[in-house]
Amino acid sequence: MNNPTDIKERVKKNIIWKSIFRRDYRNTVRDRAQAIFGNVFLHLHPVQVREGAVKLRFTWGMGGITFFAFIILVITGVVLMFYYHPSVSQAYSDIKDLEFQVPFGVILRNLHRWGAHFMVIVVMIHMFRVFMTGSYKAPRQFNWGVGVILLVLTFMLSFTGYLTPWDQLGFWAITVGTNMGAATPLLGYQGPFSEFLHITPFNDVRFALLGGSRVADNALLRAYIWHCVAIPLVSVILMFVHFWRVRKDGGISKPHK
Amino acid sequence: MQGDSDFVTQYHEERGSGQAESDSRRKFLTRVGWGSLVGFLAINSAAFLRFFYPRVLFEPASLFKVGFPADYPPGTVNSQYQREFGTWIIRLQDGSFFAMESRCTHLGCTPSWMEAQKKFKCPCHGSGYYITGLNFEGPAPRPMDRFKLSIAEDGQLQVDKTIKYPGIPGKESGEVYPQSLLRV
Repeated sequence: MNNPTDIKERVKKNIIWKSIFRRDYRNTVRDRAQAIFGNVFLHLHPVQVREGAVKLRFTWGMGGITFFAFIILVITGVVLMFYYHPSVSQAYSDIKDLEFQVPFGVILRNLHRWGAHFMVIVVMIHMFRVFMTGSYKAPRQFNWGVGVILLVLTFMLSFTGYLTPWDQLGFWAITVGTNMGAATPLLGYQGPFSEFLHITPFNDVRFALLGGSRVADNALLRAYIWHCVAIPLVSVILMFVHFWRVRKDGGISKPHK
Repeated sequence: MQGDSDFVTQYHEERGSGQAESDSRRKFLTRVGWGSLVGFLAINSAAFLRFFYPRVLFEPASLFKVGFPADYPPGTVNSQYQREFGTWIIRLQDGSFFAMESRCTHLGCTPSWMEAQKKFKCPCHGSGYYITGLNFEGPAPRPMDRFKLSIAEDGQLQVDKTIKYPGIPGKESGEVYPQSLLRV
């Protein structure tokens, strides 16, 4: 009764266990496949992977590592949100609080910060690899396009997150970045034809990004919402399209012989 | 018992010549349906974009007073309105005043007035300007912009940020815009 095998058997016969795991697992080809497509978290993954697709020297695994970085950023980001107020008077001191007082705050903040740098670097290496192996060619042209949008979204996540500590670095980065919007033709008040089209600092694209004519409270709040909610939402949707299309276009690209 | 397919055949036979009319009605209703959906989404998208442009701003006023002319010694740059209003009040050696936007024409950072060197210096990329706002070093493409400066009814200097005199490359704004200078 008390020996481990008995306890294991009893647990496996329990109705709760049986309701979660429908059948016993035997290490057979069929059961291994069943474990993949019978699981909501794994069903996006192909049931079987060809040998060539796991050649690390070909793929470098950079797409998967990018997704891994994204998961880390989502988890640490959500936890950081418990201590951070997106307001001019509190943002900077909240970051200091996280760094010096909140238990495990410093490791969370640094995981988020370095993870963000890591994701930007890795996603660019991923793009480089896809380009150099010609994996953007037919039938993968559409997925290349999705990937380019995801790259831009990654940059936008990085850029909006930059402002959140409300330090000198972030403040001036947003100042310069939104001024680039202001200098864009037809969109910004400093671009060509702006006088002819009656584009002013109060109705151009910079105004919409900042929620005003200057980098202040509204700009911080907007960057925060874009960073924490809007862009991640769009990114996740496109990521699923991206991963789905990898499979539909014939699996992860692999060397030709 | 009659099969489903028989019913369908019978139905089509009974409709006879009315079928073409019914098809065009169906096409019409399909177009109305999809059209309404597309229209609804288009209007919503427009509303969503408009939503990002607030009607009321809780920002410092664009029309503000900056004290009496006698408070300003000639040849000085007053930076006390820089932080809140983004404006310098400058009085040249000849006694004339002007108001200048404290905003580098390169990428929009805030330069600082360096009293010892008698120049504005931008901390971002090193652009330098003379006291008149004319650029002479660094990546700035043109002189800094000026605002309308006038005397209010109570005798105080008053800045109107809605009237702007943009710097023209290589030219002294005082010569291009004589009206930007205020002589008291």
